[in-house]
Amino acid sequence: MKPVAFEYHSPHSLDEALATLARVAPLEGRVIAGGQSLVPAMAFRLVRPGHLVDINGIAGLDHLRVEADELVIGACVRHAIFHRPVVAGVLGRALTDIAAHVAHYPIRMRGTFCGSLAQADPASEWCLLAMTLGARMIVRSVRGERSIPAHAFFQGVMSTDIQPDELLTEVRIPLPHAQARIGFDEFSRRRGDFALAMALVQFDLLDGRMKAVRVGVGAVEATARRIEAAEQTLEGGMPTMDRFQAAARAAAQAVDPSDQPQVPAVYRRELVESCVRRALERALSATLPKLP
Amino acid sequence: MDARSEASLIESNATVPKTAALRTEWIETAALALAERAARPPAAAVPDTVTPERIREETGTSDPVGRDPIGQSVTRLEDLPLVRGQARFAADLSFPRSLHMRIVRSSVPHGRIASIDASAALALRGVVAVWTHHDVADIPCIPLREGKSAELDPYLQPILADGIVRYVGDPVAAVFATDPYLAEDAAERVIVDIESLPVITEATAPLGEFLPGLPSEPTIVRKGYGDVDAAFAQADLVVELELAIGRHSGVPLETRGAIGRYDASRDVLELHGAAKVPHRNRDALARMLGRSPHSIQLFELHVGGGFGVRGEIYPEDVLVLLAAMRLERPVKWIEDRYESLLATNQSREQLHRVRAAVRADGWVLAMDDEFFHDQGAYVRTHGDRVVDMTAGILPGPYVLPNYRVAGHYRLTNKTPAATYRAPGRFESTFVRERLFDAIAERLGMDPIELRRRNLIQPQQMPFPRGIDTISDTIVFDSGDYPLLLDKTLDALHWEDLKESLRQRRATGETVGAGLAYFVEKSGLGPADGVRISVDFTGAVEVVTGGASVGQGFETVVAQICASTLGVDYRRVRVIHGQTNRIQYGIGAHAGRATVMTGSATHNAALKVRAKALEMAASLLGASADQLSVVDGQVVYASGDVAGAGRTVSLGDIASALAPTAPARGGREPGLSAEGWYETHSMTYPYGVHVAVVKVDRDTGAPRVERFFVGYDVGRAVNPMLVEGQIVGGVAQGLGGALLEEFSYDERGEPLAVTFADYLLPTLADVPAVEVMLTEDAPSPLNPLGIKGAGEAGINGVGAAIAAAIDDAIGQPGAVTRLPVSPARLKALLRRRAS
Ligand SMILES: Cc1cc2nc3c(=O)[nH]c(=O)nc-3n(C[C@H](O)[C@H](O)[C@H](O)COP(=O)(O)OP(=O)(O)OC[C@H]3O[C@@H](n4cnc5c(N)ncnc54)[C@H](O)[C@@H]3O)c2cc1C
Repeated sequence: MKPVAFEYHSPHSLDEALATLARVAPLEGRVIAGGQSLVPAMAFRLVRPGHLVDINGIAGLDHLRVEADELVIGACVRHAIFHRPVVAGVLGRALTDIAAHVAHYPIRMRGTFCGSLAQADPASEWCLLAMTLGARMIVRSVRGERSIPAHAFFQGVMSTDIQPDELLTEVRIPLPHAQARIGFDEFSRRRGDFALAMALVQFDLLDGRMKAVRVGVGAVEATARRIEAAEQTLEGGMPTMDRFQAAARAAAQAVDPSDQPQVPAVYRRELVESCVRRALERALSATLPKLP
Repeated sequence: MDARSEASLIESNATVPKTAALRTEWIETAALALAERAARPPAAAVPDTVTPERIREETGTSDPVGRDPIGQSVTRLEDLPLVRGQARFAADLSFPRSLHMRIVRSSVPHGRIASIDASAALALRGVVAVWTHHDVADIPCIPLREGKSAELDPYLQPILADGIVRYVGDPVAAVFATDPYLAEDAAERVIVDIESLPVITEATAPLGEFLPGLPSEPTIVRKGYGDVDAAFAQADLVVELELAIGRHSGVPLETRGAIGRYDASRDVLELHGAAKVPHRNRDALARMLGRSPHSIQLFELHVGGGFGVRGEIYPEDVLVLLAAMRLERPVKWIEDRYESLLATNQSREQLHRVRAAVRADGWVLAMDDEFFHDQGAYVRTHGDRVVDMTAGILPGPYVLPNYRVAGHYRLTNKTPAATYRAPGRFESTFVRERLFDAIAERLGMDPIELRRRNLIQPQQMPFPRGIDTISDTIVFDSGDYPLLLDKTLDALHWEDLKESLRQRRATGETVGAGLAYFVEKSGLGPADGVRISVDFTGAVEVVTGGASVGQGFETVVAQICASTLGVDYRRVRVIHGQTNRIQYGIGAHAGRATVMTGSATHNAALKVRAKALEMAASLLGASADQLSVVDGQVVYASGDVAGAGRTVSLGDIASALAPTAPARGGREPGLSAEGWYETHSMTYPYGVHVAVVKVDRDTGAPRVERFFVGYDVGRAVNPMLVEGQIVGGVAQGLGGALLEEFSYDERGEPLAVTFADYLLPTLADVPAVEVMLTEDAPSPLNPLGIKGAGEAGINGVGAAIAAAIDDAIGQPGAVTRLPVSPARLKALLRRRAS
């Protein structure tokens, strides 16, 4: 469990980082952010980068701000920032709820939000969030900047649209409406483990009815995704337990989990049902936090 | 995020609030004292050796003089270096010019080695050697610790695979290089060509050949008494079950480590990183390497968890020694986590087919069990001991007038198995207690009442079980089994508890309680000795052949010595695991250290005390029977007005006994003595476990709400440490009951080789364990009445959890295999729903 030899680069500016990345990309060069996924993989020699470009020393990559109806999360923003709400309203609370499920405390102190997206683990909470809420990923290289919508960004198990010479500089999450409700639930064997199933829901509650419903499910297929059948069950309806249950069932039927001896598909569907229903219940019941 | 789960992130080892609070308080006191010191001028800088005096000084704790240290929850002597990061584990030890060893392991579960090509590895600069079996063919297989066995010997493990690999992880080659990274690079370049052979992955597979000419079942362990067939013929009811325990094991957070060094100037071969049984291992290594035991020295460093698996002789231990001699440089090997989960002993995997013959009134006439034990791919140092113990202890606390058992010892293409904390007992308690629950269900009888009717009664003690196990005839030495059951039920307000659970179930919750009763075994003989000496400062040294795996050995031995001798326990330094300090030792396993080494310490301390009093009598002009030792001073016994105020310290007595001291007269030099304790019978503590479990109907997730342990330990030398042992054991037991499993696929590929797949319990998974210690049945076998405590916490966890889950989901007998995963539980709930 000792990595193979690599060359280490520690650029001080974004331009320098991009230049280095452009140079080492063809030589198995990689970005290292929090190292919480990359380093274990290197220890197992599952990945063998020839060069590491460390972005932790770059000033100004840890920006976190609201900009034109979007929450902007910079490349060096750690999971632990979200232990307290960072924006007012439901989004701030949801991020805090979710952060508690991302790994363990020491890992959250180093691991980054953007690193999770770049890693694209099927069971990543932040990937589910990006897919469900429709985030945009901003990537830069010496060739220029691109903005990639979530559905185009995630391409499979641990696979994204980021090119080897590109750096994910920030993620932009649309701020929900004032009437919005968000709820999250996941199931894992132990606290802090990668989940076996998770669900994130968002809807606007207008005149007692659910509008603009989004239901996302993660940890079940190669990438997290929205489940249209569940959304349709809810769209325009009143938030009742029966309707939640129907949507949860619809989601359980719509997903296509793999059948593993330890986690049979039938069980995974049951978990999806439970997570979706509970996420909906939480969305409805949750109170908003006070902001500092 | 609640505080509990947050805490689990910081400390993943379970602790109960009570113990934790004591520990924290102590650590805080120490930290404060240190902070004060730091604030003082440099003259008061922290000295760099740890002594008991320093602990006292720095923690500011002091026991009231005159209170017997036995029975006190005094703080641990061993904690100071640990909490300060001054401990030295195997990985912390480095010798100049060391080579680093890396093992090339088989990636297939069974196959013939066609060729091994090390040329690319050897071509790397800094790679000194690559060995295969050919290079070590003169070294015999790792022997059984207890004698030889004609049936088992052919299955012993060579230090490097001999032509055939038998499990994924089997050592095939050893690479020696100047740094550990390079060693790993080189190991990757060793090309091993293996032709796959068919695999056996289940102990219950049809009997066949494991290797050419060698059956997959080398032995069957049979035991029994009475007339089982006649009992079944008379029975009103026969209950039959098939029960399985999953493969799991002790997984110390410190992986194994071994550093070999050969000192040619003295012709001494040293092994650093020894644990558990250093003296026994020294002897075995001496035989394997053809050396005199005097010329091999084993040194125990700090040990980050033993649990039975650490400290056995494994191929790597022998390889570092051999390489140290042959390559003429120190050789260091530190196991990585991946290797640890592949190569360190696994345990527990058994399938039982058990039947009971029962009378209508609940009297169990007979138990008949046939079980299959999955040994994995080699016989290791314990031979068939786990099978033997399972068979010997299965009847537990019940009279069971007729009993028969056949334990099939089977080889499979998996990691070899051996003992793990409470070997044979975690398994057998699960089987027996499941069976008793099933009997109660079939009879419509309360499971507690059924147990009560079958318990061995106090007037039957000592109770000869009628069978032998691990070369000991089982005689339960003392116990009041019904009393402990009563005390447990009282402590829990059992009827109220059952009622409140009934009410919760009525409102839709899936919650229930379960109970398991067990007899433990401890104090495995046959003999242990210690040497105690007092120096001229009055400090006491106890040199033992024992070992510490972190259980508080030093503290407990110091307490016993202090109590007998009449000194503060913090003035006692306890040496263990150093074969150059004492010739014999049996080590720390089988719940034996406190019983055996503790009793030997008591005997030696009596001698030192007698010698001290005799010398003091001469110095003070008194007679020895007027004197007593209090806090390291020989004083006149209370009430002796004439001598009031006249004292002499043990340190001065030691000075007076120096070889050169005129006061010594004709006495043998030194305030010191050797003491032994011998026994041919183990001592049998006993306990009750009770679990309350809630199951999430949607996800199948079990949540242990409460866990209670009632345990009769005979005499608790240090109740806090006994409690700590129990709580840690419960945490591990919950792992085996709910989380941990070394699973394999049907091709023999191991599936749990990282901590992402082998799930250890964290603090978030372990409730605050409630411990009730009783001392109603001290052991008549040793002078202090002590029984073992190390395995009490884990023994009945699987059984109690299974019973609680049955109760919660309202399906008696539903749990038939461990661990109970949420997926399996959900399947049970689904079965019920449809
Ligand atoms: C025990 C454990 C449990 C965990 N549990 C969870 C969990 O429950 N849920 C969860 O979501 N995660 C979990 N994780 C993973 C953790 O969240 C990681 O922090 C995260 O996945 C990666 O973030 P990082 O900053 O550490 O990235 P790194 O490990 O540094 O990098 C990960 C990958 O992303 C690339 N990368 C990183 N940043 C950028 C960037 N800005 N631009 C381009 N590429 C980039 C790297 O090159 C690398 O390929 C767990 C990790 C551990 C060790």
